[in-house]
Amino acid sequence: MSEHRRAGSTVNLGLALKLGGLVLLAAIALAFPQVYTNPAITNYGVFAMIFVTVVCAWHIFSGNSGYISVGQAVFYGSGAYAMGTAAEHWHVTGTTTFALLPFVGAVGALIAVPFGLIALRVRRHTFIVITIAFFFIFQLMAYNLPFTHGTSGMNAPFLTWSPTAFNTNFYYIALACAAATIAIAWLIRRMRFGLQLRAIRDDEDRARGLGVKAMRVKLTAFVISGAITAVIGSVWFLYTTQVQPNTGFDPLFDLTIVLMAFLGGYGLISGAVLGALIIEPGTLWLNTQPQFSGGYLSEILLGAIFLVVVLFMPRGIIPTAGEYLTRLRTRGRPAVIPATATGTPAAAGSAPAAPVRSGSSGSSGGTR
Amino acid sequence: MTREILQAIVDGILTGGVYALMAVGLTLIFGVLDIINIAQGVLVILGAYLSYSLLTKAHIDLFVGLLITVPAMFIIGVVIHWAFIRRLRGSERTSMTLLVTYAVALIIEGVLYKIYGPNYVTLNASYTTNSVKVFGFYIQYIYIYGFILAVVLVLALYALLYRTRFGRSVRATMQDETAARLVGIDVNRVGALTFGIGVAVTAVGGMMFGATSGGFNPNSGYDLISRLLAIIILAGMGSIGGALVASVFMLTVESVVAVWYPTWSIVVFYAALVLVLVIRPEGFFGQKAVRAQ
Repeated sequence: MSEHRRAGSTVNLGLALKLGGLVLLAAIALAFPQVYTNPAITNYGVFAMIFVTVVCAWHIFSGNSGYISVGQAVFYGSGAYAMGTAAEHWHVTGTTTFALLPFVGAVGALIAVPFGLIALRVRRHTFIVITIAFFFIFQLMAYNLPFTHGTSGMNAPFLTWSPTAFNTNFYYIALACAAATIAIAWLIRRMRFGLQLRAIRDDEDRARGLGVKAMRVKLTAFVISGAITAVIGSVWFLYTTQVQPNTGFDPLFDLTIVLMAFLGGYGLISGAVLGALIIEPGTLWLNTQPQFSGGYLSEILLGAIFLVVVLFMPRGIIPTAGEYLTRLRTRGRPAVIPATATGTPAAAGSAPAAPVRSGSSGSSGGTR
Repeated sequence: MTREILQAIVDGILTGGVYALMAVGLTLIFGVLDIINIAQGVLVILGAYLSYSLLTKAHIDLFVGLLITVPAMFIIGVVIHWAFIRRLRGSERTSMTLLVTYAVALIIEGVLYKIYGPNYVTLNASYTTNSVKVFGFYIQYIYIYGFILAVVLVLALYALLYRTRFGRSVRATMQDETAARLVGIDVNRVGALTFGIGVAVTAVGGMMFGATSGGFNPNSGYDLISRLLAIIILAGMGSIGGALVASVFMLTVESVVAVWYPTWSIVVFYAALVLVLVIRPEGFFGQKAVRAQ
């Protein structure tokens, strides 16, 4: 018994550190609106949590499967409009409005099924463009359908909280959404389902050959992602109390999500969270600065940040920082011995090129 | 009614010519470099603004001005490729190029806002307002010139791709980049020149768009890029003749639907794309995906 415990002690230390970090982060997240009660500050918190949820929902589908969706605004806007229409139609007001969230999620899932069945037939660039096409179809429906009230959009005067309580309450609601989405993403990552998704990302044809029901798996992830995005879209709608076709279905929304995911580290839950936490408050702050008013300077700046990130840190903050830390800890020696050094000549010949390159380029001095 | 429909068809075909001018550059860049150039929409607007500046500041005629804007846009294209596109490698290249070209679009848009402001402007000349009566239909001269220009440009690009040594190396790069490299083609040079040509063509498209669209501002690029992407997907990405046919087809459909339902015509535009792809995922003129992933 004791031997077992000693053998696992280093692993347990790492696990304890991770758990401790998570608890600390959760404590900070919970305490945030208690420390900063100013609504102008908590506003940053609410939007940050909304985008953590959005990017994690994007990650569940796009991060795992490798299909880059730039049509998430379809669900976000539909969620907002579904909430507005349902509350208006059924005369729901006050906090009971939140009882409609499951309904909104169902609407998102219902939209995702035909959308996914059509879009997931094609891959890569064509998939991206199909999601853009769906996005524009939905935006136009929001402009032109009879119940969406055209350009003026919908209002949500359902909640009667005081201004300070309003932001704080919404912060906790958005935080709960974010935590739940992160938990779902984490569970999916650990499940067979998540493995199947990543197999599709690596090589879809091979995954199918190995018995992965590709369409079913992709569609399931797409539906989960769509339902979550619709729910958080309706929360956003209740928070900002209004939605117009060009805010609910915003073309920049999707590209911002992709940027957030790539800034943090594509394919990682932590990357999605970090990217959202950096960019959303950052852009909110930029838009409030008087010297950036007029829009064009913040636009140029955002574009420049984009370029710097993609060109100098193409794998994102977390993988790059992790690599750097590993190099520091091992003092230049590779942490994992490259495949070529250990394998037999035959095995080395057939080994994939990628690990060999990454092993030797970072720290070639240590291979000998 | 029949007359209105016929007029709509004529309008659609001619506007399709304008869109073809913008779409051929996009599809060429896609075919050779395997990237979606999100900046293409804003580059069209940049081309339109260059023509606008030449027209208002130096009083140079729109078509004569192309002699200046086309080389200028070519250089801009080569610089964008050299500075950003060339460096992208690896498995996430598709999404990376999406982000990079989007960033370029944001920067260009910001600069255009700074210089020209958010107000809508148009390109005006005698031939943008005057029209000629052909078989009972009134057609503005600019559309006729533009359509001829579109056809000539598409033919010229065809000749470049299928009758020259450069075109041969471009097509080789389209088919298989690694193999092209192995037989001694400088893939980076081919990529830079293709990107330059693809952007240079948008100078013409931009001038035509500015003269026919009834007003543009720095923000007009986003609506444009989604339409252009729909067109080249429908055509089959990389097919230049297909881009012309698909532009004419899509714009005619939109124009005809607009006779009855003006607000829904653009939905039909995208719905046509979705329908076609359900039946034929590789588009009208596309080949089955050569690269599996």
